[in-house]
Amino acid sequence: MRYRLVVLLSLVAWLAAAAAGHAATTAPSPEVTQALADLVGEDADRREAAVTVLGQARDPKWLQFLRALRDGGVYARTRAGTTELVVGGTKATRGDQDVIDIVGAYDREPLGTVPLAELKEVPADRRLRLTIKSFVDADETRAQLADPDPAVRRGAAVKLGNQAEIAAVATVEAALQKETDRWVRHALTEALGLIRLAHGSREQRVAAARTLGEIHSGSAREALGRLAADPGASPAERHAATQAIRRLERWSLLTTTVETVFQGASLASILLLMALGLAIVFGLMGVINMAHGELMALGAYATFVVQNWFRATWPDRFDLYFGVALPVSFLVAAAVGLVLERGVIRFLYGRPLETLLLTWGASLIIQQGLRLWFGAANVDVSSPSWLSGGVPVMVDVTLPYNRVFIIGLATVSVAATYWLLFRTSAGLRIRAVTQNRAMSSCLGVRAGVVDATTFAFGAGLAGLAGCALTQIGNVGPSLGQNYIVDSFMVVVTGGVGKLAGTILAAAGLGGLTKGIEPAFGAVFGKVAILVGVILFLQRRPAGLFATRGRNAEA
Amino acid sequence: MPKREALAVGLAAVVLVVVLPLCNALPADAPFAVSNFTLNLFGKFLTYAILALGLDLLWGYAGVLSLGHGVFFGLGAYAMGMHLMLEIGAKSVYQSALPDFMVWNQVTALPLFWKPFHSVVFTLAAIVLVPALFGLAFGYLAFRSRIRGVYFSIITQALALSAWLVFNRNEMNLGGTNGLADFKTVFGFPLNRPGTQRGLYAVTALTLVGAYLLCRWITLTRAGKVLVAIRDSETRVLFSGYSPAAYKLFVFVVSAMLAGLAGALYAPQVGIVTPAKIGVLPSIEMVVWVAAGGRGTLYGAVIGAFGVNWIQSWLTTSYPDLWLLFLGGLFMGAVLFFPDGVVGALGRLLARARRVVTRRRERATRDAPLLSQATRGSIRPSSSDE
Repeated sequence: MRYRLVVLLSLVAWLAAAAAGHAATTAPSPEVTQALADLVGEDADRREAAVTVLGQARDPKWLQFLRALRDGGVYARTRAGTTELVVGGTKATRGDQDVIDIVGAYDREPLGTVPLAELKEVPADRRLRLTIKSFVDADETRAQLADPDPAVRRGAAVKLGNQAEIAAVATVEAALQKETDRWVRHALTEALGLIRLAHGSREQRVAAARTLGEIHSGSAREALGRLAADPGASPAERHAATQAIRRLERWSLLTTTVETVFQGASLASILLLMALGLAIVFGLMGVINMAHGELMALGAYATFVVQNWFRATWPDRFDLYFGVALPVSFLVAAAVGLVLERGVIRFLYGRPLETLLLTWGASLIIQQGLRLWFGAANVDVSSPSWLSGGVPVMVDVTLPYNRVFIIGLATVSVAATYWLLFRTSAGLRIRAVTQNRAMSSCLGVRAGVVDATTFAFGAGLAGLAGCALTQIGNVGPSLGQNYIVDSFMVVVTGGVGKLAGTILAAAGLGGLTKGIEPAFGAVFGKVAILVGVILFLQRRPAGLFATRGRNAEA
Repeated sequence: MPKREALAVGLAAVVLVVVLPLCNALPADAPFAVSNFTLNLFGKFLTYAILALGLDLLWGYAGVLSLGHGVFFGLGAYAMGMHLMLEIGAKSVYQSALPDFMVWNQVTALPLFWKPFHSVVFTLAAIVLVPALFGLAFGYLAFRSRIRGVYFSIITQALALSAWLVFNRNEMNLGGTNGLADFKTVFGFPLNRPGTQRGLYAVTALTLVGAYLLCRWITLTRAGKVLVAIRDSETRVLFSGYSPAAYKLFVFVVSAMLAGLAGALYAPQVGIVTPAKIGVLPSIEMVVWVAAGGRGTLYGAVIGAFGVNWIQSWLTTSYPDLWLLFLGGLFMGAVLFFPDGVVGALGRLLARARRVVTRRRERATRDAPLLSQATRGSIRPSSSDE
């Protein structure tokens, strides 16, 4: 009791002092003054009320003070009979006593350095901290809603919707008035609907349910379901909720389809990048390159090395590394492919089964070499900032940039391959040797050079695929193994001789895999694909586009 | 069968079937004693040799390269393993009549397809028939549509991958990744007794000899000649009025059965059956046994299976990092430098030695130039693929 008396007295004195000190700048309202006094006290209810008063002032300076209070940085100082609240700063030891820099509670005016013993810490218990947190959070949300980055604004709106607190209505409405970005508007509308659905009147609920259905709000599914099953709700409310749910279900069917198609396209792109090189080499030389997967792994590790180099040498240009890694991985894989072709494969033309075993041996050596050099564990390749995140195309559908990039890369690679094969003289020679090796040689085409360059090109494409794969999967020594059988299936299904077959087969197998995965699971989906391929080969033993000729072997 | 080969096979059979188990039965400090470990290791190699025989028949003679024989090996091994699991009965860790992994997976009743494996007769039949039927179905679809050459190899590799994925799944009720293990008895004989292991070894060795004779017999019949003709020119065989598909299917099924048999003998001797024996890598490793030993000879396959696995068991214990490098080198070397394997290389060495001897004799007499002309042309076997 006596303590409170002292506080009251000191408060009066402090008021007088404050009035004298900052009469022109600040004259704290009586509520604030009372609140500050309560804070020093011991009555938990009154302390909480005091925090509420300070928080509702929505004054950034008081919010800063509350944060300090939460973190245990507010002290009471009794000087000349008056008690004053101050915010502590840096602590230090001077001589044999601990001292601390202090500043004013509101204006942050430096008040000098005082011994810690002269101060009394104002404690913030859990209840107080929770109260403070709600104000600090609300302040943060307001700040986020005014952020120049739409992604931040959208995140704040989504958070408000999830909390569904009636207090936020005004904030949301105000933000909605100013907002121009489509996706942020959507999130704000959704948040408003969710709040109304939780706290609004009956009419508001009906309207909110309708709006939520119209904007395809996936996160409202649960709340709408509760309303539809609520026996206390009016028939109109329940009807509106049911209608909205039906709309949402139709929409989610659509989004699932879009997502599946997209995932199928992205898988097909990877398969295509791999199978493209395989198919050209197989068509040209009859060589099945079992080391193709390891060439891909080499591309991925080349990316890893380039990344590390950038991180060590040019940390501020880190985002550029991927642009460098693409050509580097192509060249590394192409160089290894060239060595492989000139070194061993060229001795085995016309013996496809032998080359198959030979390249498998090469793949084991490359794989083990990678394992010995880089270690058996997966290595970490981080995405450049321009490949992380995604582009929202529909409500609930965001296409990740890395997958969009892979689709783009595959498209460009296919176009480049087409151009190379059909618009350049090198391509003409490749096609000539593919069709008739002996005749081309007779007419002066150096088949050996064509073989070497084509093999190197195919290997380089595998390296590109490996570089792209670092953005969506793990990079380890056995990276190639996961895709090699699938890309062989693409080559077999597509048939040799025409690129269109490979493209169509890659699209078909990729799409089919992702399409049946939800129903069969990944493993049985793969088995189903194999069975499908075998059955397909019953109808077309040489794949989709077989080269027609008078050769009985074909 | 040529008389010399018959003699060699007979000698090898006596050594493998009679001498080695006898040496194992000797006391451990006797001069020619073979330890239980070595005999067990040999037993494992012999099962591999049985599989390699079938693979050689298929690849070396008919020219069909299968990269999925691990699947047939696995089918046989799992069929045997399932019977051995059921034989454990309630002596398992969980004291339940169900195999332990089913208890972990909360399977309460024995799945229907496990039940027939209580019967010894059914198991013995399944060991051969399950791989045979599977091979028949797969081979029928593949050969009928004239999938051949590398296309066939790739399809079988995909088969190996799919089978490996499926056997790894717990919901198949085949033990998932851990497979089947902790066998206690085989047809009532406790597996931890050396006598049982010796018996299993003898059975394996006998089976190998039987398999060798069967394969040799097939190659000596008319069908064997057609198989070689298919390897050398399938189209010409087709135009001569034969159906290559039927011959290939026959030899594919025979080799699948041999692989299944090998797997079944493998399971009790090694004591564990896992999907790791089924996948892409083990399946293609089987091919390198044949390639390294020398294909198209049958005995080359046996020697290759023995030799490569011996080196593997030595390298993986002494220099584990080197094994894959060695294996890769073996693939490349076998293809580039020894297309006819160790057997062929030895044969060539012998031929050269003989030629040197002849030439010396020539130089000594100086009067038989025609003879040297005739022998100078190398006796290199022609390598043959489409």
